[in-house]
Amino acid sequence: MKRKTLPAAGTRLMMSGNEAVARAAWEAGLALASAYPGTPSTEILEELTGYPDLIAQWAVNEKVALEVAIGAAVAGSRSMAAMKQVGVNVAADPLMSQSLAGVVGGLVLVVADDVGLSSSQNEQDSRFWGRFAHIPVMEPADAQEAYEMMKQAFDLSEKFETIVILRMTTRVCHVKSMVTVGERRPPNSEGGFTYDPNRWVLVPSTAKRRLPIQAEREKALSAESEKSALNRLEPGSDKRLGFVTSGPGYLHVKEAFPDAPVFKLGLSHPAPFEAIRAFAATVERLVVVEETEKILETELKAEGIGCTGKDILPSNGELAPEILAPAIAKMLGEPVPVRKLVHDAQSVFPRPPTMCVGCPHLGVYYTLARLRRQVTISGDIGCYTLGALHPWKALDTTTCMGASLTMALGLDKGRLPKDAEKSVVAVIGDSTFLHMGIQGLLNLVYNKGNATVLILDNGTVGMTGGQDHPGTGKDAYGMPAPRVDFVKLVEALGVPPERIRKVNPYMMPVLFKTLKEEIAIPEVSVIITDQPCVLIEDHERFAPFQVIEDLCTGCGNCLKTGCPAILVRKREQVVKAGKSQELAFVDIDISGCTGCGLCTETCGPDAIKRMSPKSAKEAQAHG
Amino acid sequence: MAETAIMNVLLCGIGGQGVLTASEILAEAAIAAGHDVKKTEVAGMAQRGGVVTSHLRFGPKVYSPAIPPGQADVLLAFELAEGLRWITHLKPSGIALVNTMRIIPPVVSTGLFRYPEDPLADIRDSGTRMIPIDAGGIAKEMGNLRLVNSVMLGAVADSLPLEALAIKAALIKRFSAKKPELGALNAQAFEAGRAAALAGAKAA
Repeated sequence: MKRKTLPAAGTRLMMSGNEAVARAAWEAGLALASAYPGTPSTEILEELTGYPDLIAQWAVNEKVALEVAIGAAVAGSRSMAAMKQVGVNVAADPLMSQSLAGVVGGLVLVVADDVGLSSSQNEQDSRFWGRFAHIPVMEPADAQEAYEMMKQAFDLSEKFETIVILRMTTRVCHVKSMVTVGERRPPNSEGGFTYDPNRWVLVPSTAKRRLPIQAEREKALSAESEKSALNRLEPGSDKRLGFVTSGPGYLHVKEAFPDAPVFKLGLSHPAPFEAIRAFAATVERLVVVEETEKILETELKAEGIGCTGKDILPSNGELAPEILAPAIAKMLGEPVPVRKLVHDAQSVFPRPPTMCVGCPHLGVYYTLARLRRQVTISGDIGCYTLGALHPWKALDTTTCMGASLTMALGLDKGRLPKDAEKSVVAVIGDSTFLHMGIQGLLNLVYNKGNATVLILDNGTVGMTGGQDHPGTGKDAYGMPAPRVDFVKLVEALGVPPERIRKVNPYMMPVLFKTLKEEIAIPEVSVIITDQPCVLIEDHERFAPFQVIEDLCTGCGNCLKTGCPAILVRKREQVVKAGKSQELAFVDIDISGCTGCGLCTETCGPDAIKRMSPKSAKEAQAHG
Repeated sequence: MAETAIMNVLLCGIGGQGVLTASEILAEAAIAAGHDVKKTEVAGMAQRGGVVTSHLRFGPKVYSPAIPPGQADVLLAFELAEGLRWITHLKPSGIALVNTMRIIPPVVSTGLFRYPEDPLADIRDSGTRMIPIDAGGIAKEMGNLRLVNSVMLGAVADSLPLEALAIKAALIKRFSAKKPELGALNAQAFEAGRAAALAGAKAA
C-alpha cells in the first residue's frame, strides 16, 4: 500500500474495524506488526503498511507471526500479531507458553473470528483462548470501540506484562462506521532487553516458578475488570430483562431491546463477576447474549449467578435482532413478532463463488477430473479449494492449512484393499505450501510416502485478495525481497531432481502426460505449475477467443474447464447411437476472456478461434 | 423500536459491478448530512462472481449494522434476479429500484439452474413500489458497462432523505480522484439514471 495521507487528530471519519485497529496501533506507538492473511483479518496489516515509523510484515504463518511479535515485545517494543480465528490454532504453541513468561513492551494479538462462517472452514470462538492461556480478552462492538480498545489493550498489556487478545468478528472487521482519531504516542525507547533466564528461558524449573505469577496476574486482572470503564452498566426502564453482552451482540441487543438495562462487557475476560452479580439483582431475569459459544454463561452459572442464554439462543452464527427478538418473546410467553414480508422468499439460483475467467487452476482441475477414477485427491486452503465444486469435483478432502500433504501420507499408508490401485495426489498453493506445507512434504519424503504433489504457484495469496509472500519476491510494502526457489526448496527436502517437474498449467496435454507419468511412479513426485493469478500485475491478457458458430458441435467439452467466460448459447436434445444426449452450443464472453486459450485444447472441431485485436475491440464496443 | 428514524438502504448485485463503491458514495453523502452511519457487507468471495450485498443504515444513532429481513426502506438492485432474491428484505412501504440487466452465472449457463423467467413481474406481484431501470442499456450507450453503478446511484437519488446533489458531489469526488474525466462521465451517468427513475416513476 502507498503511504497514507494521515487524517489529523480529532478528525471524524468512516473506517472499517480493521482500519480502526491499524490507526489505533500506530497511535499507540506500535513498532512492529506481523500477520498472515486470512479473512476477515487481512486488511489490518495491509493498512499498517500505509503508516510511517513502524514495521509491518507478512509472516509465513501465524505461529511465526506471534513469535516475531513476542520477540519484539520481549525486547521492549510495542508489537502485534493479526490473524483469523483458525490462525490462533497454529499460533497456540507460543501463546500458551509465553503466557507464563509474559512481555515487557505491549503485545496485542488481534484475532478475527468468522462469526457466520463467510470464509472459513470452522467457526471457533477465540474467547476460549483467554481462558486457556490465562490472558485478558477485549471485545469491541464497532470500529470506534476497536480503535479505543486497541490502544487500551497496549496499556493493559504493559501494565500486567501479558499478551492481550483483541477479539474481533466479521461484523467488526468489515463494518464501516464513524471513528474519531487521535494523536500518536511515541514508541517505547527506554529500557531494552533484560537478561533474565528465569523468566525468558522456559524449562520445567522456570515455568514452575512462573505458574503462580500467572495465577496472581489473572487475579489482578479480575480486579481490574471489576473497575474497568470498558465494563459498564447502561440503565433501562424495562427491568423484566437484563442483558449481559459483548462484541456486536451488544449492538443487536440495543437494537432489539432499546428499553432494557444492559451490562456491556469490553474487557470480557476475566469477567467482572461481582459487578454482574450486582446487576443481576436489579433485574427480573438475566440473559447472556454472546457470539458464539456458551462461555460467559457457564462461568456466571459456576459463580452462582442465575442466567439464561444458549438454552434459548443459537450457539452459532450472529445473534442479530431478528434472532434475538423472537427467542426472547418466546421465553417471556409473549406473542412471537412476525415480520410482514412483502413477498414469499423466491427461490433464485445460487451464485456460488467460481474460479476466475482464465484462472491458471482451471487446467489443473480439468486434468484431474479426467484422471478422477484413478486418484484420491487431498486438498488444501485457498482459491483452489473450489476445485471440489462443479464442474471439476476433483478434490476429496480439505481440513486445514497444509493438510493436503500430511493427509496424503496417511491416505497412502492407511489405505484399504478397495483403494489399492489408486494413486494419491495432494494439491496445495504456493503460499499455503510456505505456510505449513514444507514440513508436510519433508515428512512425506522422509516416511517414503507414495503421492504426487501439485504445488500451484500462482505468485500470490489469491483468496484473500493478492498478498505477497516469500515466493513472490516482494515484501508487504511491495518492495523487493529475497525470493524462495520452489524447485531448489523441494529438492532440499529430499525429492529426487528427476521427480520434480515444472509445468505450464495452460498446456493441458503436457500436464496430463506429466501427471499420468508421476502417479504411476511409487514415490514422492512434485509438479509445480508456474502461471500467475489473473488478478495480479504479473498476469498478461491476450486477444480474446470467439466461437465460430457453424463449427461448434455442442459437445460441451469446453464447459468442463469451468471457465466462467464460456456461456451456453443454446441447448438441444438429440439421439445418437440410440442414446439421448444433450448438446450445449457455446459462446464466449469476449469482454471477460483473457485469451489464455485453455478452452481451445478441449475443442475437437477447432471451433474456438482467437480474434484479431481490432475485431475484438469493435465487438466489445457493440457488445 | 426506533426504526422510523433510521434509513435502511440495501444494495445488491454481483461481484465486480461496483455495489460496494456505490454504497461508499451514499455513505459519504449521509455523513455529509450529519448522520451516524453504519455500512456492512459480506463480500469475502465477491471477486469470484458471488452475490454481493451492502447494508447501509443512517440516522441519529445506528446500532446493529445489518438490515433485518423486511426492514429495508430502499432496495437498490444492480441485477435483475438479485432484485428478486433480496425483495423480502424490503418493507411493504419500501421502494425497489431494479436494474433490468441479466447476468447469467455459470450454474445457469451450464444448465444446473434456471434463471427466473420474468423476475420483474415477480417483484411487481409482491405489491411493493418498484421502478425498473435499464442501467445496463444506459451504461452501454454511454460507452462503458462500468457506469452501471453511477446510473443506479442517480436512479436512487430522489428516493432517499438525502440531497441528490450531495450524492452527486460525493460521486464526482470519488471518481475524479481516479481520473478527472471519470468524474464528469460518471456525473453524466448519474443524471441519466436520475432521469430514467423519474420517467419510470411517472409510468408506474
